[in-house]
Amino acid sequence: MDFPSEYKYTKDHEWVLVVGNEATVGITEFAQSELGELVFVDLPSVGQAVEQNGALCVVESTKAASDVYAPISGIVAVVNEALQDEPGLVNTSPYGDGWMVKIRDFSQEEVSALMSADEYKALVGA
Amino acid sequence: MKHTPLYDEHVALGGKMVSFAGWQMPVQYKGIIAEHSAVRERVGLFDVSHMGEIWVTGEEAERCLQYLTCNDVARLRDGMAQYSALLNDDGGVIDDLIVYRFASDRYLLCVNASNTDEVFEWIVRRNATDAVIKNVSDEFGQIAVQGPQALSLLKDMAPEAFVSGVKRFGFVEVILEGIPTIIARTGYTGEDGVEIFLPAKDTSVLWNRLLETGAVYGIEPCGLGARDSLRLEAAYPLHGHELSKDVSILESGLSWIVRISKGDFIGRSALCASRDEGMKNSLVGFFLDEPGIARQGDVVRSKGGEVVGVVTSGTKTPTIQRALGMARVSVEHAKAGTPLVFVVRNREIGGHVVSLPFYKGLFA
Repeated sequence: MDFPSEYKYTKDHEWVLVVGNEATVGITEFAQSELGELVFVDLPSVGQAVEQNGALCVVESTKAASDVYAPISGIVAVVNEALQDEPGLVNTSPYGDGWMVKIRDFSQEEVSALMSADEYKALVGA
Repeated sequence: MKHTPLYDEHVALGGKMVSFAGWQMPVQYKGIIAEHSAVRERVGLFDVSHMGEIWVTGEEAERCLQYLTCNDVARLRDGMAQYSALLNDDGGVIDDLIVYRFASDRYLLCVNASNTDEVFEWIVRRNATDAVIKNVSDEFGQIAVQGPQALSLLKDMAPEAFVSGVKRFGFVEVILEGIPTIIARTGYTGEDGVEIFLPAKDTSVLWNRLLETGAVYGIEPCGLGARDSLRLEAAYPLHGHELSKDVSILESGLSWIVRISKGDFIGRSALCASRDEGMKNSLVGFFLDEPGIARQGDVVRSKGGEVVGVVTSGTKTPTIQRALGMARVSVEHAKAGTPLVFVVRNREIGGHVVSLPFYKGLFA
């Protein structure tokens, strides 16, 4: 199982990668394997304000709907429209094409306080 | 938490184990979509050993079942099975079940895992005859072999036993791989196939033989996830979703198994009364026309905003590739084509009523 070291992680199995002014958010490889194949991703609206640990998206497998929480507070800048037609990208490329949301106007302190790859790896027992 | 005789097999096959009705069961192995597709296109293998089995025997067995179940047991002949239900006095569904007639004084009931003990107690309590009721669930394992190649696979394993041509809802007692089995041409997927009852201790042997012999057909072990998506496409009701003790069977899409004319049975007078009053609700199929998935419990509104029903099952299924489901709605909104609004996490998603089933298999 993959845990890219440049990413930050949450105990709820989201990841964050900051590039410039935007923080990209997705779910981890562990999360997607636990959820199974996704058939729908309910994305937030661009411009929507999100709060740390508040609802961000809902991911749905054939079997169930599960919440994805915002790892950090901020404003939704971009959503991954490709997931509308191909929600399975979250399964096949959780850290790449399966990203979900880019957040702007976030606090760098909130990002820094998230887990490192090693801490997250220990959490999921990998 | 109970284990079926196939627990070790599931773990060895990489099954993702979950709790279901008091049992540890595999929800999936490779993935729900791959397993679902295997059943639609080739053949899939399901552990259904958690289902309950109850013998009803004795000279008054038929009379016992006529009173306890809503379908007409007198229509059965030896070697035939019948889909039926146990109703409470209000006409609500305690459980749906299959009645297998071995002889006029010997019937086997196959009931839902979550209900086995309750159903057994109910039958014992309401049995007004000398029929003997015996819960033998722990003695039986059960394997479902489902898909267009299911019968070819069975014939490969037992050419002499299966040549007679068992019809849909027929069953035979045969020795398969040296194991005494009951093979019924029934299932819960919308495909052709069989359900095999056999001694619990022999279940893992036959499971592994089926996997080996079925390899040439591309057989896949399938979990509860695919079982649910397959049955939903075929519009088979599921207890706890479409079926409930608190809802009349006539509002659950199963009026076709209710034989009012056969004589008295538990729930009959309530059903007659509600029929005379006119049914208020109906079970319908729906498609969503906007992105999203409606699931059990989601509220259904009319275009005008009035609450008209509730979703009983919903997902996006692999074969149909659309968000769909079943809902119980007022009869005024039950006609195919009627636009409906589904309230999913406080968001409104448009959809419409469609006729059932979504997937028409060989027997639909």
